[in-house]
Amino acid sequence: MQKDNSNRTKDNKKVLNISLVVAVLMVGFGFALVPLYDIICDITGLNGKTGVMAASDVKEQDVGHTVTVQFDGTVNSNLPWSFRPKQFSMEVIPGKLYSTEYIAKNISEEDVTGQAVPSVAPNEASIYFSKTECFCFTEQLLTSGEEKQMPVTFIVSSDLPKDIEVLTLSYTFFNKNRMTTAQQAEGNAKHEKI
Amino acid sequence: MSHDITHDEASHGHDHDHKPKGFVKRWLMTTNHKDIGTLYLIFAFAMFILGGAMAMIIRLELFQPGLQFVEPDFFNQMTTMHALIMVFGAVMPAFVGLANWMIPLMIGAPDMALPRMNNWSFWILPFAFTLLASTLFMEGGAPAGGWTMYPPLVLQGGHNVAYLVFAVHLMGISSIMGAINVIATIMNMRAPNVGYLNMPLFVWTWLITAFLLIAVMPVLAGAVTMLLTDRYFDTSFFNAAGGGDPVLFQHIFWFFGHPEVYIMILPAFGVVSEIIPTFARKPLFGYVSMVYATAAIAFLSFIVWAHHMFSVGMPLGGELYFMYATMMIAVPTGVKIFNWVATMWRGSMTFETPMLFSLAFVILFTIGGFSGVMMALAPVDLQYHDTYFIVAHFHYVLVTGAVFGIIAGVYYWIPKWSGHMYNERLGKIHFWWSTISVNVLFFPQHFLGLAGMPRRIPDYSTQFAEFNMWSSIGGFAFGLAQVFFIYVVWKTVRGGEKATAQVWDGAKGLEWTVPSPAPHHTFEEFGPVDLDKMAHGKDH
Ligand code: HEM
Ligand SMILES: [Cu+2]
Repeated sequence: MQKDNSNRTKDNKKVLNISLVVAVLMVGFGFALVPLYDIICDITGLNGKTGVMAASDVKEQDVGHTVTVQFDGTVNSNLPWSFRPKQFSMEVIPGKLYSTEYIAKNISEEDVTGQAVPSVAPNEASIYFSKTECFCFTEQLLTSGEEKQMPVTFIVSSDLPKDIEVLTLSYTFFNKNRMTTAQQAEGNAKHEKI
Repeated sequence: MSHDITHDEASHGHDHDHKPKGFVKRWLMTTNHKDIGTLYLIFAFAMFILGGAMAMIIRLELFQPGLQFVEPDFFNQMTTMHALIMVFGAVMPAFVGLANWMIPLMIGAPDMALPRMNNWSFWILPFAFTLLASTLFMEGGAPAGGWTMYPPLVLQGGHNVAYLVFAVHLMGISSIMGAINVIATIMNMRAPNVGYLNMPLFVWTWLITAFLLIAVMPVLAGAVTMLLTDRYFDTSFFNAAGGGDPVLFQHIFWFFGHPEVYIMILPAFGVVSEIIPTFARKPLFGYVSMVYATAAIAFLSFIVWAHHMFSVGMPLGGELYFMYATMMIAVPTGVKIFNWVATMWRGSMTFETPMLFSLAFVILFTIGGFSGVMMALAPVDLQYHDTYFIVAHFHYVLVTGAVFGIIAGVYYWIPKWSGHMYNERLGKIHFWWSTISVNVLFFPQHFLGLAGMPRRIPDYSTQFAEFNMWSSIGGFAFGLAQVFFIYVVWKTVRGGEKATAQVWDGAKGLEWTVPSPAPHHTFEEFGPVDLDKMAHGKDH
């Protein structure tokens, strides 16, 4: 009986140790979901992050087939700006380069730096949508009362699945002054990629 | 078989109770599984009343359209705190309490495997909930962004988020320690001749629940830690401006959240699987398939989380996958319901209070399962999402499911705990009062949801007035019924007809071989038990 009890104690310790290791690994797993999520989104465009394509990549054009690109712009409630697309939609030929503009105005008494974050819907389409030039690549400073035209140049890839006929490009502008330097740095690193 | 401990020997040897004297020694420093079980149950009951009081405030405000009693922000604090307290303070600790009391008795173990840790895992809880409840008295009030803690909303409510995060950490540590204890107890502490497939179903469902807890509570801890660092340490996990993504939080949260709902229901499956055979006087139908169905549900619960996120804008493939995977859960769940019904088929049934609550469980939980399958359909969930329909769904599965399971277990085992039979007439009154009122409370919410009433709002358009009034009336009645339950329990603990060791004539299981009340120490001698006394002792 003595022997059985000490065996039990040993086994219990073992279960305890293994379980604790599993618990710690699962905390790690929770954090690992962060990069995993980014990678999956990059590959699949699941959360509307757009694809990468340089102007030189423009190859065949799929003439005779057009898709509608809609433009949308909003500001985060912390940013005292007005922001809207100049043109609400456009018929485009896949594979061809287009440009349009957004108009932003600082309606506050102060100079404010903003950062735009883009997103494309439907998500399946986002990897076929590339911006070759965009005001969202860098931060934007508007002095008090200043109004600015913000250009964006983009291509819809001719590989776009045929069943997608309408795309929406949407931007949300955030207030950079309200962010700490650490957040800004992290943001800048990520925005360069999108 | 000469050294079998028959039930007489098991009890005689240990009649001399060495209960420590004095409050501190007996309760604060206890390592006894029965005392700790009692502490958990009392704590859970107290939280049930506190969370219930908040629900009464919610139903009071919703009795009529317009703002009558509370400010909108306070209303949102109530919905948030109600859910957090009920999930983490009432339902989960109540099941851990049942596990502490019953698992060692059911497998012939002298105590839980790690008694000192057991003491810790309980005594952390009062601290966790003091932290959480203290936010009610702070400037800015308690968390009001919903129990799901979605950013950015949850980060906009002042400093209560720090208290919320630390409280969740503590609850998580407590649950993980409790789960480790359950696993170690079941794996190592069984009497030597009790095999895994001799174990009662309550023990099985708890074993599987414990694995779920260890797998997902740490993920929740990680998620809330990220909230904390986003709020205070300049990270941007969920901050779009900083390159993060708020939807990421939803994925991490529901990776925890969906298994969590099964953590709250699997032990209830176990409880009714003990009770129904007893009062049908027939062995459980399909014991082994019950074990496999439980394991299947647990496995599937890890791969369906995004059915809570059909409206965030997933791609079609994702919506389809999560829709089919979710509907698959209905299969093992259906196996269980079939087995309960088959157990009753041609049984000589009697309808004592535990059986009544179990029957209500089977019927009403199934209603909740049906609304679940409806919401699993991605295209229609776009309409149901964030309406009262989902509120109706999860209250059917959680109140008439998990909570009814706990109440059934309390009536079933309280004679063993206290040594007294509860008053059957009062028990039946409690049952009918609860069952009628809970349906008046939650059934109309299906209609409210289908008609478009959003959840988590203090005021609503007048076309919803009638159903809300019914729902509130049912709510007050259900609340009162639970106050009556306190009285029934209190009366049973204080006195009443003496319970025999066997208590229920159709009951099988080692817990019925020890006297009532169960002595402070049981199964102290390491040795085989009489398998004939177990429901699945010989074959199944
Ligand atoms: C056949 C089984 C089930 C299915 C198919 C199912 C399906 C669903 C779906 C699709 C949702 C999301 C609805 C929405 O947000 O629009 C949901 C929510 C929920 N379910 Fe279930 N469910 C099932 C069983 C359960 C069980 C057993 C429990 C708990 C014991 C449960 C608790 C919940 C909770 C708490 C929520 C709401 C979470 C929140 O947003 O606050 N469900 N269920
Ligand atoms: Cu779920």
